[in-house]
Amino acid sequence: MLSYEIAVIGGGPAGLCAAISAAAAGASVALIEKDRHLGGQLVKQTHMFFGSKAQFASTRGIDIADILSRQCEELKNITVLLGATVLGYYDDQVLTIEQDNKVQRVKADCLVVATGASEKVLPFPNNDLPGIYGAGAVQTLMNVYGVKPADRVLMVGAGNIGLIVSYQLLQAHVKVAGIIEAAKHIGGYLVHASKIRRAGVPIMTGYTIKKAYGERKVEGAIVWQLDDRWQPIPGTELDIPVDAVCLAVGLTPMGELLWQAGCQMIYVPQLGGHVPFRKATLETTVPGIYVAGDVAGVEEASSAMVEGRLAGLAAARRLGYHNADWENKYQDALQQLMALRSGPVGEKICSGLKCVVV
Amino acid sequence: MRIEDHPILTYPRRRLVTFTFDGQEMTGYEGEPIAAALHDAGVRVLRESPKLHRPRGFYCAIGNCSSCLMRVDGKPNVRVCVEELKEGMTVETQKGKGDLLAEL
Repeated sequence: MLSYEIAVIGGGPAGLCAAISAAAAGASVALIEKDRHLGGQLVKQTHMFFGSKAQFASTRGIDIADILSRQCEELKNITVLLGATVLGYYDDQVLTIEQDNKVQRVKADCLVVATGASEKVLPFPNNDLPGIYGAGAVQTLMNVYGVKPADRVLMVGAGNIGLIVSYQLLQAHVKVAGIIEAAKHIGGYLVHASKIRRAGVPIMTGYTIKKAYGERKVEGAIVWQLDDRWQPIPGTELDIPVDAVCLAVGLTPMGELLWQAGCQMIYVPQLGGHVPFRKATLETTVPGIYVAGDVAGVEEASSAMVEGRLAGLAAARRLGYHNADWENKYQDALQQLMALRSGPVGEKICSGLKCVVV
Repeated sequence: MRIEDHPILTYPRRRLVTFTFDGQEMTGYEGEPIAAALHDAGVRVLRESPKLHRPRGFYCAIGNCSSCLMRVDGKPNVRVCVEELKEGMTVETQKGKGDLLAEL
């Protein structure tokens, strides 16, 4: 059985940064990723990031994935396991992992769980038709694999993902019939919304999808308007012929491993679903199990990276890796998180965190 | 259809390989997800739901949701959105729940 001081589960922005900061502090780290490459969902983010320089502002997500992967390779005390899916965690601190159709066991003194989030679905008739896709799914298809996802798309949801993916669809020569948003206001950054509107794509707020239609795949969607009490208004239906409907209606944390490990969980809508209670160090109620990134609360990649740094540092310290530099790095990460969450968008996150930080 | 001229991205593609979908010969790039090659070929229906026999395609494309389960080389319940395409693969529409024991 292989043995490491820290096992980081998930090689996305949070997991990469956790592995790098823990290894730089001196710990031996296994970075376990189910995909065949590192980077998580950064590998499809063609847009430039916001935030500050410490979180790679003005750099495209795809390039951040490369930078972090290289930093990981340079640290000799990180072992990267690719194509490796964690199946379970046991009381004697053993993880079972499936890799290349074989099950193996890995022992780790500490865990950093950075498993991310999955796309939510919206209930409406025919939402199971082929052609109803998660917005992230079309992003993967076009940006990672270079396959045109559809000819004409209806985007549901005007948060940042809906806006950014709509723009990226245009870049891939896909027509975007429109973006509908149930709320009265656009949820995402206006800089993204303006870009989309300049390109001639209508953003219809106060609209939701009534149903999709099509024989064996999507041929169109009926949308209708909502009143002030979120009730649909009969007679306002519009028929939008499209061959794909993208749902950008939010993400929910993938906390299965945390449940199984016995971490105390709570449902917090502001954080996207069930999330673990945690200390400021990101340690859960199970000593030695830390969380970082979307699994701790759906936010964005910039804060996921900083949370990863924080959790990696805290796990390393628990194992006795502590020097003069440690405190500076830890305080710096805390400061960065505060700055990232200081704007109006951060208010929702902060109100959610109040329910879970113990 | 493939994206050939993207303002930001270039796509590193390996060699073209041949596979079959429900007996029909198709091509795709080695190592890409089977679902990507099928989508490029215009295939949208990947399986039939067990109870109501409704057509299903992929949903998340990153191996989370299990909407894209197909039979690959006789093995049922393969998530084709993350399974790499190899030369000569036999890919089939999955109908109902796959039975692993039936394969033994």
